Amino acid sequence: MNTTTAPVSLREHVVPVEAGAHVVGAHWLGSTLALALADGRVLRWTDSVSDQVEAHAGGILCACGDAERLMTGGDDGRVVALTADGGPAELARDEKRRWIDAVTLSPSGSLAWNTGRTVHARDDKGRVTSLDLASTPQGLVFAPKGYRLAIGQMNGVSLWYPATQTKPEFLDWKGSHLDVVWSPDGRFVVSSMQENALHGWRLGEKPSHMRMTGYPAKPRSLSWSHDGLWLASSGADAAIVLPGRRPTGQGAARMRRPPRQGHPRRLPPQGAGPRGRL
Amino acid sequence: MADTAPAFQKTPVTVLTGYLGAGKTTLLNRILTEDHGKKFAVIVNEFGEAGIDGDLVVGADEEVFEMNNGCICCTVRGDLIRILDGLMKRKGKFDAIIVETTGLADPAPVAQTFFVDQDVGDATKLDAVITVTDAKWLKERLKDAPEAKNQIAFADVIVLNKTDLVTPEELASVEAAIRAINPYAKLHKTERCALPIDQLLDRNAFDLDRILDIEPDFLESGHHHHHSDEVRSMSFTIPGDVDPEKFMPWINDVSQAQGPNILRSKGILAFKGEPRRFVFQGVHMILDGDLQRDWQAGETRESRLVFIGRDLNENELRKGFEACAA
Repeated sequence: MNTTTAPVSLREHVVPVEAGAHVVGAHWLGSTLALALADGRVLRWTDSVSDQVEAHAGGILCACGDAERLMTGGDDGRVVALTADGGPAELARDEKRRWIDAVTLSPSGSLAWNTGRTVHARDDKGRVTSLDLASTPQGLVFAPKGYRLAIGQMNGVSLWYPATQTKPEFLDWKGSHLDVVWSPDGRFVVSSMQENALHGWRLGEKPSHMRMTGYPAKPRSLSWSHDGLWLASSGADAAIVLPGRRPTGQGAARMRRPPRQGHPRRLPPQGAGPRGRL
Repeated sequence: MADTAPAFQKTPVTVLTGYLGAGKTTLLNRILTEDHGKKFAVIVNEFGEAGIDGDLVVGADEEVFEMNNGCICCTVRGDLIRILDGLMKRKGKFDAIIVETTGLADPAPVAQTFFVDQDVGDATKLDAVITVTDAKWLKERLKDAPEAKNQIAFADVIVLNKTDLVTPEELASVEAAIRAINPYAKLHKTERCALPIDQLLDRNAFDLDRILDIEPDFLESGHHHHHSDEVRSMSFTIPGDVDPEKFMPWINDVSQAQGPNILRSKGILAFKGEPRRFVFQGVHMILDGDLQRDWQAGETRESRLVFIGRDLNENELRKGFEACAA
């Protein structure tokens, strides 16, 4: 009995979509693909039929979404929600037109975004609270459970309960923190850093540090496996997948270094010495 | 909209500095409103107060941070990295970017951002640092504001503005004060910042291939005021080749030991047995250098270095460099 089937090329299932501008974010709204574009448009594509919506007057800087809505933040200072078939709905507008650098959604539908150095959180009932920071946040992510927000900023990550007056907890680590992710079990927060590195904290009474350095480029894309056991990261020629849980230990344990061969770009300075070809 | 720049070209970035009230905003408005057919994205400080507005005007908070690379003077502008990243997604909407700094800003973190951040360096290139100064008040500021001194020392182009408010003698004196700090920058004397903008843009001041010559724009007079915190320039020449085996370790040591005090450095060197010129430039501890075109027939093979900095020991540097002679 012959049980093998002829190999099917993945390419047969790939359809190119011409977006016409830099794609800031791609998100599935059911069977509709929504592409947030750097020129302010959102392109919606359903089974080879597409339409486009002028979501922002300027450009789109960030995007996120859940099963029903695409959320976009723009350089027109607006946060806009879009469904698979409706028109754009403005959720927030900054009078000074400050850039919306980051936007994020929680599993229960809470929304957070920034205008300049202020972070705003809107719970699932529409109540908005704001928090002023010392620097412009670049990464926002809600905890997997509960109304708590992690904010990546200069010299650390803040953990903020927007519904309470409590002072945010500050996870301190010198440098510029870019994107932030929270592990599915809520125990770990990991940020990507300017110095081509990841920094993580195991949360608890005394958060402990984790470091992952040596990426050839900034690891700007991070994603946990569903079981929370692995964290995949960009920043190298190959996706680097790290064990999300490590044996308990003291201090800043260094995880294994990623492969760094074959990356086409020059390495930035790693030490105090001069860069480049000198 | 038609693409205004081919995708492979790096977008030039001009940095505009100058002490409070010197005329930065006047110059910026001139650049933006003059009929030159170019489109600019402008990154301004103190959003809303600059009196300019438009789609591509972005407000920035100067967020300077230290890189975790062991280099104490390696500070960069985090906000600039973020904003340039956002702007470059809309490449084709503008020809060039202008960054206006606050009056009290040190230009070094801005310049270093272009050398240290790979994404920024891949998409954009630093074209020049332009410093606007006030003919009437500059000499006072040089006495009481180290920022004003840094801005002069760092400049590739200096706009000496408000010349109508001083006498010819006062103007000559302020010009001499500028030249004592930085004889290499192009200097333009203006009223209300009136000058053709092609004197400001496309300078390629940080492009190694365009550093053809580091002759001073102005011959420095021998007169120096010596006091602490003095910012000035010095140049050294070896009338022939240097030994790269000696020069490379030396320049690395100098830039590491004295990097915080060296604001800018440049050099054109003849390496022994090498037909091409070696050209380098530096900002504090960050050095960038490469072998460039051949020494041409009729050109004298000589090696020359320029440092602009604070409290530099001229004799020590001269001796160190001369010991690198081949």
